[in-house]
Amino acid sequence: MKMRWSGLAFTVGALTLSAGALAAPPTAAMLVNACAGCHGVNGGSAGPSMPSLANQSKEAIVVAMKKFKSGERPSTVMGKLAKGYSDADYAAMGELLSKQKLHATTQTLDAAKVAKGKSLEEANCSRCHMEGGKEGKEDSPVMASQWLPYLSIQMNQYLDGTRKMPEKMAEKVKPMSKTDLDALMHFYASVK
Amino acid sequence: MQDFRGAHFAAQKTGGTMSFDRREFLKATAAGLAAAGGGALTGCTATKHAAHVVVIGGGFGGATAARYLRLGSAGGIDVTLIERQPGFVSFPMSNLVIGGAKKLEDISRGYDGLRAHGVRVIHGNAVAIDPVGRGVRLADGSALGYDRLVVAPGIDFMWETVPGLTAEAAGPVLHAWQAGAQTTALRKQIEAMADGGVFAICIPRTPYRCLAAPYERACLVAHYCKTHKPRAKVLILDANDDVQAQRGLFMSAWSELYPNLVEYRPNHPISSVDVASKTVRFEFGDAVKADVLNVVPSQRAGAIARQAGLVTAGNRWCGIDWRTMESLAHPGIHVVGSATLAAPMMPKSAHMSNQHAKIAAAAIVAPLLGRVPSPEPITIAHAGYSYFDDRNAAHMMSVHAYDAKLAAYRLVPESSGVSARRGEAEGKHAWAWAQNLWADTLA
Ligand code: HEC
Ligand code: HEC
Repeated sequence: MKMRWSGLAFTVGALTLSAGALAAPPTAAMLVNACAGCHGVNGGSAGPSMPSLANQSKEAIVVAMKKFKSGERPSTVMGKLAKGYSDADYAAMGELLSKQKLHATTQTLDAAKVAKGKSLEEANCSRCHMEGGKEGKEDSPVMASQWLPYLSIQMNQYLDGTRKMPEKMAEKVKPMSKTDLDALMHFYASVK
Repeated sequence: MQDFRGAHFAAQKTGGTMSFDRREFLKATAAGLAAAGGGALTGCTATKHAAHVVVIGGGFGGATAARYLRLGSAGGIDVTLIERQPGFVSFPMSNLVIGGAKKLEDISRGYDGLRAHGVRVIHGNAVAIDPVGRGVRLADGSALGYDRLVVAPGIDFMWETVPGLTAEAAGPVLHAWQAGAQTTALRKQIEAMADGGVFAICIPRTPYRCLAAPYERACLVAHYCKTHKPRAKVLILDANDDVQAQRGLFMSAWSELYPNLVEYRPNHPISSVDVASKTVRFEFGDAVKADVLNVVPSQRAGAIARQAGLVTAGNRWCGIDWRTMESLAHPGIHVVGSATLAAPMMPKSAHMSNQHAKIAAAAIVAPLLGRVPSPEPITIAHAGYSYFDDRNAAHMMSVHAYDAKLAAYRLVPESSGVSARRGEAEGKHAWAWAQNLWADTLA
């Protein structure tokens, strides 16, 4: 059986992969695409235990990756994964992710806790987690709209000492009750 | 000089509709074919047409390729996806359905997300490829031309490795190694099994798709039996000499969670299967008669890859250039997913197929954007999660970097490994991972 197509004329040059022009290094987008299977489309996670990365500050991402790599920050998978990438990769990925649009999550939150958290954040946290968590000073992470289950895991790790808290943050967090901290996590998760 | 594809795109575009009308398309194709055969077709010059990429197979590899081709070219490439099934059912998480913790709907998705990106989705069966004339023929007789082809057929079964079983005459002996009707059917068999019954799963020699999945399935069936059929038995009959993935994690789950339920027997390559009596015989050791017999045959690249001469290795897998995923047998054709001849230590899995597709899409899109694909394709991260019951899971993680000397990807050892222990936190991550992987493939 012989099939007859006449695609050839059309094909000329259109999609040839032969070398000739300058080879380009992989783009930041290609690097970050490799993370999407776990962190979601455009940095917005569809699963509440995995953090969204969209709109995260570049510094926070670079610091997080370095701490994952060194083992200073506890992790399930990221400690292994971070060892497969270089500091230059972290910077390129952080740069791109920081420019992605905030992923506004829809999650079931306790309105009373959100209100309580709102009343606490300015005095205690806003020096570093600024604008209701929409911005981060230096390497302080953006937390607005982050998944509550993810935030709670992180706060628990700080409290049980497996994740090392920055000293100045500890000064604020240590005296607070678990209920207040839970309210704060609800608040940050609610910010759109 | 023109070709029939030019005709069909022109026809479609002047029709003023973005949505794909299959009848129109086939008519246009037929007209185009006739015109091309008959000589010149006037009106449009070749360079004005968008390039056309056809993708065969709408699993993790094919669907991701279609999605990234549209996204990466900002809609500049016309993409047609050919898929046999009406919808997408995920193999990852399908063991939760078999164990009764989830329903088939929970792991099923549609192709509307891809359509919204402008992918034409054709539900049909690609039966022939002409790599020289660059065309694909479907079972219904219709034909499609392409500039580049992505072949993502997944796996087919090597029935000859399980004498007594064939695709047509397997009767109640299921594989459930492609998610869908068999997943539900196997679940029903397990539900119908009497307390005190035997569920046996036969595992082929490596390589097969999803190394950890047979052991996970045994756990989830055992988890169901523990409460519903406590006197049942789950037998794992492995052709290999040991557990092939997450060994320590599975061994401890079997002894800690299912001590009198699960029994693992290595070195059990099948010699024959008797469908009527649900009995398996082995090259060594005693025959096993089961109440529910689940035989996973050995696997190779899907039929269309073999038909098209893309299989280059051991009569089973498709060799490719890892920088572009382009076939070593035929230029212009990219093969992604489980049908490829794996690089060293590279698993055949959903997440890996999803990553292959991005390499192929980047390579195909590059020349359109005036770029040449990087000599060093990106480092890829891969994960898989296994459940040990309905809540506790563990991961396997690996990072694969391109090695120019090897001309293939190699494992980055420091980045690869498994969880120290199963846990509920990772059970949540596993489900979150599936949501994100489905979204990255289809959303
Ligand atoms: C296998 C799934 C998986 C993949 C792939 C993955 N991540 Fe993660 N990521 C996680 C999980 C889970 C966490 C939470 C920490 C942990 O348990 O490892 C996380 C946490 C993070 C954090 C911390 C976020 C915060 O708010 O502090 C960053 C940054 C991050 N990942 C970046 C990346 C980048 C960049 C990539 C791609 C190179 C990537 N991840 C690929 C699963 C993954
Ligand atoms: C002095 C600055 C500072 C203050 C004040 C501060 N934080 Fe932080 N916060 C940080 C930095 C820096 C990090 C990242 C540290 C690390 O690497 O673990 C962080 C991380 C976090 C994280 C983890 C987020 C993620 O994506 O992983 C949470 C949750 C958090 N802070 C909550 C709070 C709350 C609640 C308060 C107020 C009670 C607070 N912080 C006050 C600086 C601060």
